[in-house]
Amino acid sequence: MSSGQNERREMTGAEMVVQALKDNGVKHVFGYPGGAVLPIYDEIFQQDEVEHILVRHEQGAGHAAEGYARSTGKAGVMLVTSGPGATNAVTPLQDALMDSIPLVCLTGQVPTSLIGSDAFQECDTIGITRPCTKHNWLVKDVNELAAIIHEAFHVATTGRPGPVVVDIPKDVQFAKGIYVPPQTAPRTSYQPKVQGDLEKIKAAVELMANAKRPILYTGGGVINSGPEASHLLRELVDLTGFPITSTLMGLGAYPASGKNWMGMLGMHGTYEANMAMHDCDVMVCIGARFDDRITGRLTAFSPNSKKIHIDIDPSSINKNVHTDVPIIGDVGRVLEDLVRLWRATARADKKALHPWWEQIAKWRARDSLAYKMNHDVIMPQYAVQRLYALTKDMDTYITTEVGQHQMWAAQHYHFEKPNRWMTSGGLGTMGYGLPAALGVQIAHPDALVIDIAGDASVQMTMQEMSAAVQHEAPIKIFILNNQYMGMVRQWQQLLHGNRLSHSYTEAMPDFVKLAEAYGGHGIRCEKPDELDDAIREMISVKKPVIFDCRVATLANCFPMIPSGKAHNEMLLPDEATDEAVANAIDAKGRELV
Amino acid sequence: MNAQLQPTGSAYFIAKETEKPETHTLSVLVDNEPGVLARVIGLFSGRGYNIESLTVSETEHEKHLSRITIVTRGTPHVLEQIKHQLERIVPVHRVVDLTVRSHELGQERPLERELALVKVAGTGEGRVEALRLADAFRASVIDANTEHFIFEITGKGSKIDQFIAIMKPLGLVEICRTGVAAMNRGPQGM
Repeated sequence: MSSGQNERREMTGAEMVVQALKDNGVKHVFGYPGGAVLPIYDEIFQQDEVEHILVRHEQGAGHAAEGYARSTGKAGVMLVTSGPGATNAVTPLQDALMDSIPLVCLTGQVPTSLIGSDAFQECDTIGITRPCTKHNWLVKDVNELAAIIHEAFHVATTGRPGPVVVDIPKDVQFAKGIYVPPQTAPRTSYQPKVQGDLEKIKAAVELMANAKRPILYTGGGVINSGPEASHLLRELVDLTGFPITSTLMGLGAYPASGKNWMGMLGMHGTYEANMAMHDCDVMVCIGARFDDRITGRLTAFSPNSKKIHIDIDPSSINKNVHTDVPIIGDVGRVLEDLVRLWRATARADKKALHPWWEQIAKWRARDSLAYKMNHDVIMPQYAVQRLYALTKDMDTYITTEVGQHQMWAAQHYHFEKPNRWMTSGGLGTMGYGLPAALGVQIAHPDALVIDIAGDASVQMTMQEMSAAVQHEAPIKIFILNNQYMGMVRQWQQLLHGNRLSHSYTEAMPDFVKLAEAYGGHGIRCEKPDELDDAIREMISVKKPVIFDCRVATLANCFPMIPSGKAHNEMLLPDEATDEAVANAIDAKGRELV
Repeated sequence: MNAQLQPTGSAYFIAKETEKPETHTLSVLVDNEPGVLARVIGLFSGRGYNIESLTVSETEHEKHLSRITIVTRGTPHVLEQIKHQLERIVPVHRVVDLTVRSHELGQERPLERELALVKVAGTGEGRVEALRLADAFRASVIDANTEHFIFEITGKGSKIDQFIAIMKPLGLVEICRTGVAAMNRGPQGM
């Protein structure tokens, strides 16, 4: 926070923007200049408290800010110009909305006198971003600018976090007005409920204490709530002895090495996690939202369980699945009460859970993440396993793109801490991982930041290699290169008679040369026995690396709940013959995504 | 067995609808600021909810508050979602499902009124008949010359529907309706 000398001082709108960023604790802004934000860029030029990271495309700025936000727990900030600058920001805004990432996007706008005249680089930014933000503002009066930016940070970071847009016309940036510092009184209509209802929490404790086949199903809300929530979650698991699984977004909240960990659940989750979800008698959903990737067919979702749902967003309760005990509040606060009440009133009957754990052990013995090792070709799962083995003891952050590689990363890379795993879950944005890695590296300059990528996804935002080189961010782009859009190809095999319509990349770039062209370092590896040395080389190079890991081209990602099927109808790797794969999805399931 | 609710907008929305849709009237108190109506309407179109009627006006000038009245139709589960989704909008202060509230008060439905302007043109017997019927409906004449009337009518939507239907053969030219304004009976505020 800045000192009081800036309170209620006259300054230009552009100065206010930079001052407001400082006053909200912002150290880094990801952006791209243009005509309608030049005054703000001029102010950025004249100071060095806020560092600007120049990207190569506004989408990259957004994902970098998202990666920054997820790995730090603070708001990510992006600054773009009007028109195409703003429209290019739409994908990361929607991505942040679906994954509840605090993202503050400042956009330039044509001067107020030209709004509505189809001026050069004009677009209706507020109209376009209204459905993909938590809230947005068009600033028409410079005297409101500071308060709006402060409110924007407040809205983005509190309650269920999300993206916000502040659209600032160029004349407002030049105009002079009075700057006001951040204040504590937010608007009255926005009051997120953070403290859970104690009676409901009591009911939850009672239900949990009498459970015979309980399960904790946790999500990104635990991570969003802060490190204390993850700490309390671990305490709750120790106290209760319950098995725990997590969504893609929640990985790391409970350590993968923890003895109660069952692995990720959902479409490509483990057999034991999904079977336990199906057969449990009490489900405790903590900061997750019963997404369709998680539930499978809703009519067959965990039919015999009582469900407790802890969520800060009331609209998440009962949206997809009926909840018996809804608890609205911040995960951290609710867990604090829950743990306290459990200690005071309940006693874990861990003996009573024995049969349940025995059943889970049987499911686990199916070894649902198994794959056939190959000594000539690198299996993608093997590549992730080796990457994990060689980097797990370092200060490592992992980002991903979207597709098969993402699921293999989630299955085979194991996370011990929260905020170490950055991936696009809800929107499924190919091209997320590379810029996100840049954002993470800027926040953690000395850490090892790896984007586990696919060859198709990574080409969507490859240009940010240039930004990484410029900002000396030694990110590692570890491409599982199978020359296909692997997940598209897998679904074509599942649904469309293996007719591989446009899912093969015939003109693949030479990723090694590409890395060198950008001023980075390129590595190619094609043999399993050369993989370890190649990974070590990647780790030791102190500049951006593109690692072209050539993997088996037609490997499928298993286990899998085919569309329209239930948790207990998983397709396991050892049962996935070509025929089983071709017939896995019935006519009803075909319509689903 | 847990009763499974219908998801809204879920990719797995394949189970048959089991709940019956109902028509409810919602009152939404919002900050009167630019774009707030677009946020509300965008929510309805974006999530596939119905709007049967929508009325909006500033109600408390000093506090910059507007009241939006929405008549919508959906299953109880969808109606609950609509309420929660509306509450997520930052400038929304309160959402009250007046229909649910009226049931809690032991009433069938909230007070709902609509105003309509109805233009009828014609001469001779039809014109006389129109005036007579308007009187029966307690519609007042707010503009007229020898060839037309403009009636102002207030009442429940069904009454206005009926009035319009009757005027149709009598030279109905133009209709303008305000949409429903509603509140609950009794001394309590929303």
